[in-house]
This record gives sequence, C-alpha cells and structure tokens, in this order.
Amino acid sequence: MNLLEVRALSVAIGAARPVDGVAFDLAPGETFALLGESGCGKSLTALALMRLLPAAARIAGGSVRFAGEELCVLPEARMRDVRGGRIGMIFQEPGTSLNPVMTIGAQIGEALRVHGGSAGRERVVELLAAVGIPDAARRAGEYPFQLSGGMKQRAMIAMALAGEPELLIADEPTTALDVTIQAQVLDLLRDLQRQRGMALLLITHDLGIVARMADRIGVMYAGQLVEVAPRAAFFAAPMHPYSRRLFAALPDAAARGQRLVTIPGSVPPLGTQFPGCRFVARCGDAMPVCRREPPPWRTPADGHAVRCHLEAAPAAALSAPGAAPEEKLGAGTAAQLEVRGLQVYFPIRRGVLRRTVGHVRAVDGVDLRLAAGRTLALVGESGCGKTTVGKAILGLLPPTGGGVAFAGAPQRGLAPARMQMVFQDPFNSLNPRLRVGAIVAEGNPAADVAALLEQVGLSADMAGRYPHEFSGGQRQRIAIARALAVRPPLLICDEPTSALDVSVQAQILNLLTDLQARLGLAYLFITHNIAVVDYLAHEVAVMYLGRIVERGTVAEVLRDPRHPYTQALLAAVPRLDGRRERVQVAGDPPSPADPPPGCHFHPRCPRAQARCRTAYPESVAFSATHAVSCFFAA
Amino acid sequence: MMFKPVLLWSDALFFLLLAAALGGVAWAARVEHLRVAWRRVGQSRTGMAAATLLLAFVAVGLLDSLHYRERLPGEKEAYAVEVRSALDALLSGLRTRTEKTYSAPLATHSFAKETLDAEGGGRDFPRLKYGGAHLGDDLAGQGADLLVRTVQGLGIGMVAWLALWLASAPLRRAAPGLAWNAALVTLLALCLVAGPVAALAQGYHVLGTDKVGQDVLYLTLKSIRTGLLIGTLTTLIMLPAAVFLGLLAGYAGGWLDDVIQYVYTTLNSIPGVLLIAAAVLMMQVMIDTHPDWFATSAERADARLLALCAILGITSWTGLCRLLRGETLKLRELEYVQAARALGVSDLRILSRHILPNVMHIVMIAIVMDFSGLVLAEAVLSYVGIGVDPNTISFGTMINTARMELAREPMVWWSLAAAFVFMFALVLAANLFADVVRDAFDPRAAR
Repeated sequence: MNLLEVRALSVAIGAARPVDGVAFDLAPGETFALLGESGCGKSLTALALMRLLPAAARIAGGSVRFAGEELCVLPEARMRDVRGGRIGMIFQEPGTSLNPVMTIGAQIGEALRVHGGSAGRERVVELLAAVGIPDAARRAGEYPFQLSGGMKQRAMIAMALAGEPELLIADEPTTALDVTIQAQVLDLLRDLQRQRGMALLLITHDLGIVARMADRIGVMYAGQLVEVAPRAAFFAAPMHPYSRRLFAALPDAAARGQRLVTIPGSVPPLGTQFPGCRFVARCGDAMPVCRREPPPWRTPADGHAVRCHLEAAPAAALSAPGAAPEEKLGAGTAAQLEVRGLQVYFPIRRGVLRRTVGHVRAVDGVDLRLAAGRTLALVGESGCGKTTVGKAILGLLPPTGGGVAFAGAPQRGLAPARMQMVFQDPFNSLNPRLRVGAIVAEGNPAADVAALLEQVGLSADMAGRYPHEFSGGQRQRIAIARALAVRPPLLICDEPTSALDVSVQAQILNLLTDLQARLGLAYLFITHNIAVVDYLAHEVAVMYLGRIVERGTVAEVLRDPRHPYTQALLAAVPRLDGRRERVQVAGDPPSPADPPPGCHFHPRCPRAQARCRTAYPESVAFSATHAVSCFFAA
Repeated sequence: MMFKPVLLWSDALFFLLLAAALGGVAWAARVEHLRVAWRRVGQSRTGMAAATLLLAFVAVGLLDSLHYRERLPGEKEAYAVEVRSALDALLSGLRTRTEKTYSAPLATHSFAKETLDAEGGGRDFPRLKYGGAHLGDDLAGQGADLLVRTVQGLGIGMVAWLALWLASAPLRRAAPGLAWNAALVTLLALCLVAGPVAALAQGYHVLGTDKVGQDVLYLTLKSIRTGLLIGTLTTLIMLPAAVFLGLLAGYAGGWLDDVIQYVYTTLNSIPGVLLIAAAVLMMQVMIDTHPDWFATSAERADARLLALCAILGITSWTGLCRLLRGETLKLRELEYVQAARALGVSDLRILSRHILPNVMHIVMIAIVMDFSGLVLAEAVLSYVGIGVDPNTISFGTMINTARMELAREPMVWWSLAAAFVFMFALVLAANLFADVVRDAFDPRAAR
C-alpha cells in the first residue's frame, strides 16, 4: 500500500496553473525525487501537499491521500497534526528557517510539545545527537547564529524529526550548503530514513543528488510531470526529450573540447497557454502533432512512464551542432597575469574607539599564474576567500600584502582596460533603472553596442529594453557584453553560472568557450562546481581558508588529487552513476579570523599527525605544474 | 494700474515648487519605471480620490498666493499697505462683512447678550449686522430661506460639476485606464458641498464668526495656504541635505560616514520643540529689531513663516538621511555598482546613475508621508505660541484661540470644529495618497 497518493493535483494562481495535474505515489521507506529547473512548480507541489500555499495560490483540484486519508478536505485543526507530525518538512535556507532569538533546544522542544511528545531536555539532546551534532547537550543551549550552515540544517532536520514523521519532504535541502557539507547532510538523511523507515520526498534541481539519493524520479516541466521512472532505468535511458537534454547539458570531462548541448530559450513564463506539448518550443525532436495535442502518458517499460508523442526515443546520442573550436595548445605560455603572495586582511574592530583587535585573513598569501588565452579555475568552498582574490586582483579591494603583475608590469588599483569581472548573480549585476544599451556602454561610451550584443548571442534591438524583461541567462550575457566593451584581455568570472539552471548554464559555458577561441581571452574562473572546471579549465588551483593547497593542470588535480582536501572535495561531488564514495572529511571549515595553527586543514583531515598541528606544510612540486601543500602528498 | 502685484518670498518658492512638480511629471512620463509606478497610482481609486481632494486644496492655496496691493483713490499713485491675494478678492464679501463678536453658524443674532441702547433698553442678543440681514424683521422666514438657498446651491454645484466633467473629457481620453470615476465622484461630492456653502455664504456666516467678528469660513480657507506651504517648503529645504548627506555617508563610508552619523545623532538627541522654540524666538528678535527690512506687515509675517519652514527642515532631515544611508550601504555592495567601479566609472557618476535612481522611491515616499506630519506640526507649534506670526491665519492660530473659546459657557465650538474638519480632510487626503504612492513605488510590489 502506498503511503502517499497524489492524483491530478493542480494549483492555481489567478488564471495561471503553476502545478497542473501532477500525480505520483510514494511507498513507505521510499525516496521519490521531484527534479526540475526553477519555476517548474516543484516547490509549489510540496507546499500544496502540506496545504501551506502562499496566500495568492490555492489548490484548484485533485486529491492528496496520505495513509488512506484525504488531506485536501481535512479541517485546518486536524491538518495541523499532520504537518510537522506525520509529515515533516525541511527547507532550502537553514539561515532563515530558524528563529534567531530562540535557542536550538527551545525550538526543538516546541516542536516536540506541539506533537505530544515528551519535551524533556533528554529528548531534545537525543534528537540533536541523532542528526550528528557533536556535543549535543551544549549545542541545545545555543542560538542559531552560533551554528554553521550545515549545523543549522541538521538542527532543522532534528526539528522535522520531532514529530516522528512517516514522510519527510525536503525542498532543496542542500542547495545553500557547500559540497562537503552537502555530502554529510545527504548521508545523514539517508541513514535516518533507513533507521526510521521514513518515506522521503526530495525536491531538487541537481541530477547528481538524484542519482545519489532517489529510488524513483519524477521530472517536472512547466507545472507537469513529464517522466516518472526508477533510478536505474532513468539514468540508463531517459525517455523524455527534456530529460535527455538535461543530461546532455551537464558539463563534464567527456564533453571537453565539444560544445555542450543546450536547450534553447528558457522555461515558459507563468500563465502561458499550451495547446500541445509544453516543451515543444524548446524540443529538437518536435513533430507537427506536438503543437496540436497534449501528449499522452506512455509506459514503454514497467514503472517507466513518459509524457511524449515520440514512440521511441531516438537511439542516437545528442550532440551539439558544430564542434567547439580547437584548443590552441601552446597559445601563450608566458604569464599574462602573475599574482605573488597576495594577502587581503579585513580588520576586526571593537569598542568605542574602533580599535583593530585582529584580522580576518580572507586571503593569506596566494600565488597564481595565468597565461594569455588560458583558463585558470580557482576552486573552493564558500568563505575560502576565492571571491576576495578575484576582487583584489581586479583592484576593487586593496591588497594588504603581495602584488599583481599584468603582462610583466606591476599593477596597482583598477585597470579597466586590462581585466573585467563577470558576477555571480545576474539579477543584481544590472542596474534595473538603465536600458541595456546604456548598461553595455557603461565603461566605454564609444562601444558598438549592437555588435557587442550580437557577439554574446543577443539581438541588437534589445538595447532599448530594460533588464527586468530578460531571463537570468540573457542577463548574464548582457553582463558579459558590458565587460567585453572595454576589450579586456582577461575576464574574472565569479561563479557566473551558479545562479542559473543547468540548460542555461550550458549556453553560457558555450558562449565563454567561443569567446575565448575568438578573442583569445584568458579566464580566471572562480567556482565551486567541479564539473564545470573539468569541462572548461586548463589549470586548477584549489583554495582552502585563504591559501592555495593544490595547483596543477586539470588532469593532474582532478584525476590524481594529492591533497586530502582536494580528495575530499572530489569525493563529495554527487556523481551521475550514483556511486558513493564515503566522504572522509567531517565538520565545518574554521573561521578565517582564527585559523587553526599549523596546517589549516588538520582539524578535518583524516591523515593529520602531530606535525600538521604545528607547522604549515611547504608547497611540494610533483611536476612542472603540479604542486601540493601537504606533508603526506607523496 | 488698479493694483501692484506683490511677490512674497513664499509665493516665489511655492510657484517654484509647482513648476518643479510639473517638470517632474513631464520627466516621469519619459522614464519608464517612473511612468509605470505613477500609472499604478492613477489606477488606484483611493489614489485618484485623494489626489482630487489635494488638488482642490492646492487650487485654493494657489489663489491665495497671487498677492497684490490695491491702488488708493486719488491723483497721486499710492498703494494700500495691506497685501491682499486673489482669494481675498474673491472672498471680499466674507472678508469685509465682519460682525462685532462671536456668532453661531447661520445665526441672525449675536452669541452674547449686550445692553441695547434702543428704547426699552435691557439686555438681549443683538441682531447681527450682516448675518441674515436680508431677512429684515421677517425672522420666521429663515428656515425657508435656508432651504431655498441650499437647493439653489446644490443646483449650482451640479452645473459646475457637469462643466468640469465635460472639460475633463480630453484628459480622460488622453489617459484611459486610470480610475477617473473615483476622481469624478470625489469632485461631485466636493461640488455638492461647495455649492450650498457658497450660496448660504452670500447672506449668512456659514461657520459662524470669531471673537472679533471675522467669518470663520474665510479664516479656514486662508489657513490652507499656510498648511500647504509648511508641508511642502519644509520638505524642499531638507531634501537636498538629506539626499546628499545620506548618499555620501552610505557610499563613502569611513570618517565621512562617522561625521555625518554623529551630526544627525546629535541633532536627533536635542528635543525638537526646544530647538525650534529657540530658533523661532531668535528669529523673532531679529525681525523685531530690524523693522526696516520689511515694507509691509505681510512681508514680515512671510519672513517668519519661511523661517519656521527652514527650522523645521533643519530638524527633520535626519530621518530620511538615515534611511538613505542604509539603502546606499546596501546598494554599494550590489554587483552592478561593483561592475561600474571595475569599469573605472567615476564615483560621482556611480552616485548619480546607479545609486540615486535606485533610492528615488524612498525619497518620493518620504516627501508624501512627511507632508501630513508637518501640517500637524505647524498646528502644534502655533498652539504653543512658537509657530507662525500671530497675524498669519493658520490652523494652529485658530486652534490656539479656541483654547479660550472652549472655556466659555456656553461653549464656542465652531472655530475649532471648522479648523478640525479642514485639517482632517487635508491630512487624510495626504495620508491616503502617501499610502498609494508607497505601494506603487515599492519595488517588491512591482513583480
């Protein structure tokens, strides 16, 4: 018998249907993943199950049966017992899901009381210990600001467990977390699920997480499920053209040197009318019938259902038109950008007189070398100082020590014509009050705006429009055009694709490789996404707590990692084949205001020994390019 | 020439403000995000109704700002010392028909008993000189007369409304989709009130008379200009300082930020009324010791009004400044500002192109919200005796005199009631309009 049966569930916001006829089952102890890009309705589906929809939205039809009980008609008072009791929920942003003025213990105690459990302190500590919070008794008395992001998410999970739920809904539970912490939280969820026999409804946009966690998968697009399949079948042979393109759009080492498959356009806006298939406008396999009739559900294999007119998926693998331009090997071996011993300290001021009592060592002696026309990836988790490195090289932040040399000449302050930056958040990187033409011409009023827009794949007539009319991917193109207007030989890209959906990310990555081949640009690519590094970069530098711990070519660092941190980082990335490597690294990164003595990584390192606690290891060279800062690298 | 136009300083500033508002409208029509936001204001029924009422008040204030001096009869070219306004000319009947002392609204007899010199003597309520004078001795016909005049007034109001309705047709065609119905309904209500009041005012004191026999209706209408001036000029004075210092503190940071913060924190910690009282009293001494600076008493009163605006402005810029500093601190870290810096754009250009346009909604909201507060502040200050010149007619001075009137037995209530009703209408309209403006300019509501 199924624990949860959702039938023809629809959510209405005005006349629009952001969720339209969603149906799936969930058995006890099973993990079902709802997979989709932003705006496809997966979070609204979860909120509709809990009857927690925002005020503007309402359930327009369908049924939700939970353990044989119809939730849609349950009175609000009874529904409250279900919420947090029999169904628990955890949200994306642990920082805003906890009340900042209550201790963790008090918040969990409250959840326990509401659901009739004993709210004793022992029970709270027991729950905190169950979610892997060390020193649970002390942590129970602490406030959310004293906990790291990963700890907060664990505390949220403990709260969700307080009601002994039969079903746990996790809405992007690890999106806000770093990859090593993500691996820990995912392992925790999996262990808890196994121990308690909970069903898990996992909502995510990340194929890697799906491969690691899910038993069955539902792919959502524009408010509908388009494909439902068991994990093995889905990853072996996705049926729906959308699913197939999602896989092909993922960057990885195999795609290196080729253009990525992209899904043209973007997710249709809310309120679009669909006479036929919802994906038809972006589908490469569209037939005339796709425009006229909504596709029916077909079940080509047992348990594998797909909503598509195509009888059988084309056997040929998807490939993008036109191979990527040849890599010009040997292009520019002389260093164009050279960074030596770069330090950026932020003073910590206290007291009335604002005296400096210490420093946050955001960047603490970083050396980098980047040749013209090449890509250097700077990899690290949030808070390791990689963005600060970018800003200091650009001249937006004054360095505390060390220096930057460009084409052999030392450089101080801003150098607009030499290097430019592309920022992470496309929604904050364009002034909403200016037209696109004015934005692009910002740094160079004499720039040919039309040519620049066409260079980044936009049409020239978009110059007269305002940023809010564009999607995230288009905005990122505008930001690239603005940077290119001053013809810089070097672009610093600060996580340019991390705010974008997979299909749009592929478009931007293609654009960046094209521009590099055509204009001979060098990229300093700041990212935490290993797959993108594998696809795009020539060289890699891994950063931990303000210092580079390992550097080398992509093949050297990613295939043969020598530093324990690099190894842990690579092991933590969820893999599409679902293979799990147990992550050896525990805990959270320490604060750069108070780095541990000796090697910064030793408190989390499985190989740490006495001398790691006293001395910072010198960089050891393995080849002309490969260097590692670890005593045990050999 | 039958008269000599006089341009008081406050008139000049008032006209300047109106010109700036018109220029702002023309500018907003060309900038997309402003046009969209103002269009949302126009689409709101509340917004249009409040705007109509505010425009009516502004029209009265505008008429009252066209000042002149009348030519005295005689061969020599000489002008009267009194400065009058177009509104005075329009309401000359109300202004000149002064009674001896208090009389109730629509009364025919005085409010207080007096010793009569006529034969028979004794004490009685004397007949008013103007109030209901056309009735002669036929006091029994007063009820019928009031009714006839009211009906006539309603008719006139209706006709006036129809005329306005026809006159506004091109405007409505030019901007379809706005809540014109709400504006027309408000206008109808306004006409239906103003018509009977105007008709009755020909023969009676509709809102009674005050201690020296002045018509209270005339006083309230004259008060409108004072209220509007205080509400708008003060904002005009404080705006440049608040915007400039707020942006500077937020953007520059460092010691500049510290200095500006200390200045406004210090200013904020001085009790407002104390500071205003000290400044007003100093100003008064200055004006009294230099009578040669002013040609007429109107000019002197005007100087004092402007001084009050300036002082209120100096004490009230801190709130907006603090808001703008906070917003600028946030905007400064946004990526488009960082990108502009990386492109080598100058700080001044970043401030004017990237930061100022993105805080304008806060400025706009602050202007409209402060207006009603300042009108009320004037009333309170004048009541305490440190507001406008005693010769200036304002809501505050009216309320101040009501202090004694309420202590009388029986009570004289109409002065206070009239001031209350007019001020209530003005402040309510301003507050409702401010609410609509805030909603329309809220960037979160735009999506």
